[in-house]
Amino acid sequence: MKQLVVLSGKGGTGKTTVAAALAHLAAATQRLVIADADVDAANLGLVLAPTLQAVHAFDSGEVAVVDPAACTGCGECAAVCRFEAFTSTGGIYTVDPLACEGCAACFYACPAGAIRMVLQRAGEWYEAQTRFGPLYHAHLFAGQENSGKLVTLVKQQARLRGFDDEADLLLVDGPPGIGCPAIAALAGADAALIVTEPTVAGAHDMARVVGLAEHFRVPTAVLINKADLNPAQTEALTAFCIERDIPLAGRIPFDPTVTEAMVRGQPITESGGPVTEALHTAWADLQAILSAGL
Amino acid sequence: MRLAVASGKGGTGKTTVAVSMALSLEAAEPLYIDCDVEEPNAALFLRPTLAERREVGQYIPEVNADLCVHCGRCAEVCRFHAIAVIGQDVLVFPELCHGCGSCTRNCPTGAISEILHVMGALERGPAGPITFAQGILNVGEAMAVPVIRQLKRWAGTDDEGTAPTGLSEGGSRDGSDGGGDVRGSSVGPGRPGSRPGRAGGRPGRAGGRPVILDAPPGTSCPVVETLRGADAVLLVTEPTPFGLHDLRIAVQVARDELELPVAVIINRDGVGDAEVEAFCAAEDIPILLRIPLRRDIAEGIAAGQALVEIDPAYRSRFVEVYHAMEALAQHPVSRAALLTTEPGAPKGGLL
Repeated sequence: MKQLVVLSGKGGTGKTTVAAALAHLAAATQRLVIADADVDAANLGLVLAPTLQAVHAFDSGEVAVVDPAACTGCGECAAVCRFEAFTSTGGIYTVDPLACEGCAACFYACPAGAIRMVLQRAGEWYEAQTRFGPLYHAHLFAGQENSGKLVTLVKQQARLRGFDDEADLLLVDGPPGIGCPAIAALAGADAALIVTEPTVAGAHDMARVVGLAEHFRVPTAVLINKADLNPAQTEALTAFCIERDIPLAGRIPFDPTVTEAMVRGQPITESGGPVTEALHTAWADLQAILSAGL
Repeated sequence: MRLAVASGKGGTGKTTVAVSMALSLEAAEPLYIDCDVEEPNAALFLRPTLAERREVGQYIPEVNADLCVHCGRCAEVCRFHAIAVIGQDVLVFPELCHGCGSCTRNCPTGAISEILHVMGALERGPAGPITFAQGILNVGEAMAVPVIRQLKRWAGTDDEGTAPTGLSEGGSRDGSDGGGDVRGSSVGPGRPGSRPGRAGGRPGRAGGRPVILDAPPGTSCPVVETLRGADAVLLVTEPTPFGLHDLRIAVQVARDELELPVAVIINRDGVGDAEVEAFCAAEDIPILLRIPLRRDIAEGIAAGQALVEIDPAYRSRFVEVYHAMEALAQHPVSRAALLTTEPGAPKGGLL
């Protein structure tokens, strides 16, 4: 089973639109498992019309809780806390759960034994079925930590399903950025497809995510979305890829039918047009890249 | 007022809005902080002179092998599995360490000291009358939060008073510095007991020098770290199913979890559907500005121009949005009053 992860660095370049299209195109010839690794804001389900099959809790990370009856107000907890999570009101300390990182420094420091560490329900993960294959996705509750851990969990479950189903491809729709969730999405991938756009921000962010993929030694291809928006930037992106020896998986024109397909809740490739043609070409190139192992 | 510009979904136009807001408020000499340390883009538009740069990171344990008795207490107290004792060896995993200092404090032989693990850099300098600051996470580093936390402190907003009040320089690492430090002269220590966040209903600061916080996408810890201490949050979205889905969760974080007043700017107005409007109406969230999908705007932004440079008519609109956010920050309970006009109708010159 090959693993292909779609990343972008910059948000909103079209990762999910491309991932949904690739799911549609891949499912024609391959057995597929799909994972949405954007656990902050999972959108792939909005275009793949999944049927939910199971919901699982994601318990991760702890927060400190002060027993007000036992707190002596000595302030040792606040003194050791490096995350400014403690507030004193009327001689009793309380914890801001959003600031608490769960390090338990206060738990070990409290001379009165007034602090306990409580496991958090940080999110949920889901098993679903789409017409292109099983979809694993998740929702990290608002403001929670450990999104990287949840990404790893979603991918691990999708992989296990892929082994059970003898799948050919695990397709991962990644998160924006280059931090812990992006690193978790990239881990173990056979190839990364970086969707970028010909804007100064798109180019800047693509270079950073290309650096990330190189850092973790994952072979990379680049797809330029909205390529006709700024031909000069598209040429600059192309030159960057040639210089770095990164294969270009294609150029997709800017086309309002992409948004229309999203509103209908369908992969863009289910309707015709120039975007669909470009994505067919991109998928053919990607298959060659995946089978060659780059 | 400290105004955060956020969105659940990436690429909706956070930086577009934040940059144009700062440029529109130039007369008030705003402070701009690009908190999207994974992919900082505002400098591409504001083109600041980055006169100062500091490496930033957090303290990780270093074990003195002569003092270590391999008792395993450090590994036992570490909640992040960032330190392990295997036989006569102690292994430290910097990428897992949160810099909490538990291992150092709990080591019975005092064998652990802390050394700076560099994770990124902070930069600042003027962009015309705007004071600009940004954080840059090094490629391959996982944790954005320590960089954001120290960026906000370095830039001078992490105060209870009206920001910025000058830079808190020269503080020493004393174990209460928020789990990190910068190389060179260190940032000021945190104040135990202070709480940057504020409860809803309490009036926020409306006056003072404007501080614009350009947030990363998403809804998890880097966003929360950016929003802590803000007085109000502008949520930028697009009128599509993805935009709506991610706006909902951004509202959960900013309004429901952090209890901050929120308002919406719709970007690429005219594409997609009307569901974002329906959501905002149902949730009593004011829509303060609509930016249409126009090819000249998209092309200008692609080339590194700010929206108010492409279409200067937006300057006065951004100033009005800022004043509307000040009103929300001062009177969060009366936000419904802002909706007395028909949704979408011009109000006080707003779109």
